[in-house]
Amino acid sequence: MAIDAEEVAGATPSSTTRTIHVTVNGTPHRSTIQNRMLLVHYLRERLRLTGTHIGCDTAHCGACTVLVDGVPAKSCNLFAVQMDGRKVQTVEGLEAGGKLHPVQEGFHLEHGLQCGYCTPGMMMASVALLAANPNPTEDEIRRGISGNLCRCTGYVNIVKAIQYASAKMREPAKGGP
Amino acid sequence: MYPPNFEYYAPKSLEEAIGHLDQHQGEAKVLAGGQSLIGMMKLRLAQPAALVDINGIPNLAYIREDSECLCLGALTRTAELGRSDVIRSRYPILADAGAEIADPTVRNWGTVGGNVSHGDPGNDLPACMIALDAQYRVQGPKGVRTVPARQFYQDSFVTALQPNEVLTEIRVPRPVPGTGNAYSKMERKVGDFATAAVAVQVVVGKSGTLDSAAIGLTNVGPTAIFASAASEYLRGKAGNASDLAKAGELAADAAQPIADNRGPVDFRKDMVRVWTRRTVARAIARAKGGK
Repeated sequence: MAIDAEEVAGATPSSTTRTIHVTVNGTPHRSTIQNRMLLVHYLRERLRLTGTHIGCDTAHCGACTVLVDGVPAKSCNLFAVQMDGRKVQTVEGLEAGGKLHPVQEGFHLEHGLQCGYCTPGMMMASVALLAANPNPTEDEIRRGISGNLCRCTGYVNIVKAIQYASAKMREPAKGGP
Repeated sequence: MYPPNFEYYAPKSLEEAIGHLDQHQGEAKVLAGGQSLIGMMKLRLAQPAALVDINGIPNLAYIREDSECLCLGALTRTAELGRSDVIRSRYPILADAGAEIADPTVRNWGTVGGNVSHGDPGNDLPACMIALDAQYRVQGPKGVRTVPARQFYQDSFVTALQPNEVLTEIRVPRPVPGTGNAYSKMERKVGDFATAAVAVQVVVGKSGTLDSAAIGLTNVGPTAIFASAASEYLRGKAGNASDLAKAGELAADAAQPIADNRGPVDFRKDMVRVWTRRTVARAIARAKGGK
């Protein structure tokens, strides 16, 4: 974590650092960070949540997509200081009680990944897509994930994975969580 | 990729934000959606000494129509344009553009105010605001003033906005009967800036001829361009195929694209010609009640 010098030096407050309060995957954090620290670096290097990937680092590829107050955002294109008072969800927050989220289950069962690099961002975008539109058409799915690139070009199975999750999430509850 | 460090302010009022901007005398930038600015900072294309984050200022995000105008609060996210019933039914050009700006995730953060005030010729909304003859309300230490979109853009990343001013609202005149508008963008892939894009508003009069037309062009010059000769030419015309073809030629003449990986100059001018013709036709169809 060499890049986070303030942390090592004992977090001396200065005009270019700030203390934020942010809830990540339900856990509140208080952190003193450099103003210039990107959200993706905060998640990966400070909180050690390395499920969120850095792909292009230019807000094109979507590998770093997380949910900020439930809305998808490219975490390489936001500063961590902007998260003060907000709730962030990463791919690590999808699983609940040892049970995969239906989107994770869909990507597993429908083989919605090849190399896996885009997968965390792809799944976070999918979760938000289905929250806004529980029963999307294939066209709506493809438009909905158009901010996420799969370099393996495995889109056919990614679409199937999201369709699986859509169907699963619309099933009437069977006493499960 | 870390940008150079900066001071960060999160004001709770416009007055406080303007105070920070004024104090830093041109060395501070407003942080709204940040979807262009943060990338430029990472690439060292922008190195502001301070960022003034306006996201915590209340009452800057709204879409509402008053007796004169459609009013867009500067902090309205571009994703909202396509979700608004009033925009989809009465200002469809903004829903067209809203669906073409960057990608859905970027649109969740990118703001309408940022898109129009950033000054990048690749931004999609300036050409729309030029076609719609919108007015921008900007607030600075001396108060509020209004700048027409057609006079706002001076050069790439150079606008009429002063370093100690914040653009707070965009005011689009309410459409008169017979109005139709549309925005069409040619892009290589989702998320790219336009190879060429065209914004059109027409008013079809009772006799069926065009009472007025206004054409804006995206990313084919140092700023968004008001294609005034093409717009003027269409006034009083029937809007038939030869009228549209001539308007396309005049709009292509107004374009000053550079050659880049989106294509050589001649190609991009030709795309302006073709897309102007098509977009005027779409606007006329909408004026006559079509989609």
